Amino acid sequence: MNTLVPLVVLIPLFGAAGALILARHPRLQRLVAIIALSGILAVGIALLVIVDSSGPLAMEVGGWSAPYGIVLVVDRLSALMLVVSAIVLLAVLLFSVGQGLADGDAETPVSIYYPTYLILAAGVSNAFIAGDLFNLYVGFEILLVSSYVLITLGGTEQRIRAGVTYIVVSLVSSMIFLASIAMIYGALGTVNIADISRRMAEIPMDVQIILHVMLLIAFGIKAAVFPLSFWLPDSYPTAPAPVTAVFAGLLTKVGVYSIIRAETVIFPGPELNPVLMVVALFTMVIGVLGAVAQADIKRMLSFTLVSHIGYMILGVALGTPEGTAAATYYIVHHIVVQTTLFLAAGLIERVGGTTSINKLGGLLAVSPAVAALYFLPALNLGGIPPFSGFLGKLALFQAAAEQGGFLAWTLIGAGAFVSLLTLYALIRVWSLAFWRTNDEVDGYEFDLFTPVVDRPGTAKVKKARVIPRLMLTTTAAMVAVGVALTVFAGPLFGISERIGQNLEKSSTYVDIVFPGDSGEAIDD
Amino acid sequence: MSASLILIVVMAVLYASGIYLMLERSMTRVLVGFLLVGNATNLLILIVAGAQGAAPLVDGETTAGEMSDPLPQALVLTAIVITFAVTAFLLALIYRSWRLSTEGEDDMEDDVDDIAMREGEGGVTAEQLEEIDSDTEFEVPDDFETPQGELSADDLKSGTRGEEKR
Repeated sequence: MNTLVPLVVLIPLFGAAGALILARHPRLQRLVAIIALSGILAVGIALLVIVDSSGPLAMEVGGWSAPYGIVLVVDRLSALMLVVSAIVLLAVLLFSVGQGLADGDAETPVSIYYPTYLILAAGVSNAFIAGDLFNLYVGFEILLVSSYVLITLGGTEQRIRAGVTYIVVSLVSSMIFLASIAMIYGALGTVNIADISRRMAEIPMDVQIILHVMLLIAFGIKAAVFPLSFWLPDSYPTAPAPVTAVFAGLLTKVGVYSIIRAETVIFPGPELNPVLMVVALFTMVIGVLGAVAQADIKRMLSFTLVSHIGYMILGVALGTPEGTAAATYYIVHHIVVQTTLFLAAGLIERVGGTTSINKLGGLLAVSPAVAALYFLPALNLGGIPPFSGFLGKLALFQAAAEQGGFLAWTLIGAGAFVSLLTLYALIRVWSLAFWRTNDEVDGYEFDLFTPVVDRPGTAKVKKARVIPRLMLTTTAAMVAVGVALTVFAGPLFGISERIGQNLEKSSTYVDIVFPGDSGEAIDD
Repeated sequence: MSASLILIVVMAVLYASGIYLMLERSMTRVLVGFLLVGNATNLLILIVAGAQGAAPLVDGETTAGEMSDPLPQALVLTAIVITFAVTAFLLALIYRSWRLSTEGEDDMEDDVDDIAMREGEGGVTAEQLEEIDSDTEFEVPDDFETPQGELSADDLKSGTRGEEKR
């Protein structure tokens, strides 16, 4: 069973190599990419089933026993993250295949797109199964470097400008992460997460707090937690629609995943939980206030992304199994729904020619399908019952209410308020871009909604108005996955609760890597 | 654990100057700053490895206590490779940014959307149309006829209104 574990990293890496070799054969390249990501999905599902039924897996790479060698760990949380990320990666890949086919691949240097995308997948998977901090750092670097390439794809002025912000911020966070790994190694003499966990009690509390804060800052930048979230709305919207979709869905969640690991395994104590709660509060409120002010759909969605990271941090900050369970469910929900919304924004851009709601109108009449594909995930994210957004928020609020206290109740209130404002921002897009007619658009400049054949224009523009079926189908499939999160909320929340219980004690994780000797200091 | 004071001082100086450079607007300085911070971090890893010792080879003569810690060196090696790759990418990015820039500079530019938001215009002005056009996946063709005739495709591209030209 252990042999399955490294496959989630190896398959996309070999896929990337294959895709790079096949650079001159776009069709084969696409095939390789789709097969590789389907492979991760299959392995991820197999891992989830195995781990959920017969316990977590730990694989010692190269046969070097932990803590000396590199260890890969798959517990329920890792496996669930692997499955969800594989679904999202595959869906976005199909979406971009559809877009690429329609555009004739002229806009993007497609020969590097698929290999880079697969390496991104490898980085994400590696981060989820990393059993030591340095391997987590390497996983982060793999996904970041490929994300640098993807965000500046095509090298237009806008993308370079936005990419530079993103890259410099990511570099700083990587350096902070590396420095904190160095300090943890200096303090504890190990980088193995399980080993760190059982030795952490040996060092004084003040040193612990410094290490804890350093790690949280590094992960906080990656997860876009206030006040470290400023870079996200500036850099995400300019990238191509599929790239933004996968970044929004996955990259910040890798940061949140790392925060969960840091809070539950490395520093299981409650010292910084109040700080995290305050941070969660500000992330939620400031993010959504930004979203309300935006006139561009992609920017608005980027701000809601920041805002909803706050909910996950709230779940983690509670420090109870219920809170972690709710945060896990919310992460799954948010990965799926936020990606779907960005894909829908890509469709809107394709139909309307822009994502500015001041210039859009009458989309409902032009393309009812796109309208439906935007509306359902919008309600879902806004937390309308019975969708998964509502269930996730309800679970979070319940967990917070059980803990009680002034901060928890403030967060519940803020959470409800933020959910309402999210709904307002999303529905504003609905009523402006979809519901109003063209005549109501002030200063309406582009006549984008009349049939294209009447317009003199190039063949490229004619093509661009028609939505490729593959893009529609993929977005519809993602909407269906979002609805499935509601329909199968019972089993999914069952897994989340088991994850919450697993993470309640750090010794559970230590037991995976060092069976039978948790809680006792080792001597070497 | 003993640490070399010189190394610590060098690390501190590298960190300080690196962070100072990273705060500059010019991309090339940011790159140099990143290199300095990266090397400062590598030094930090070496410092936490403790005093230097014999090569960590199990030859039966040197004991474990005499050996230097090999793991930090492996970590530094990995970090150097990553920094190298990122530097190469950044150089390409800076070159591209310099090529695109009209003034021949590699400075960071302001965000048009932020400026629009600050000036209280949620909407779009003519100057920003160009930026927004470059956001979209397809371009307005040169012979594209606008319905109202107020703005021509050329105006959209150059970002000026028709009146200003006349």
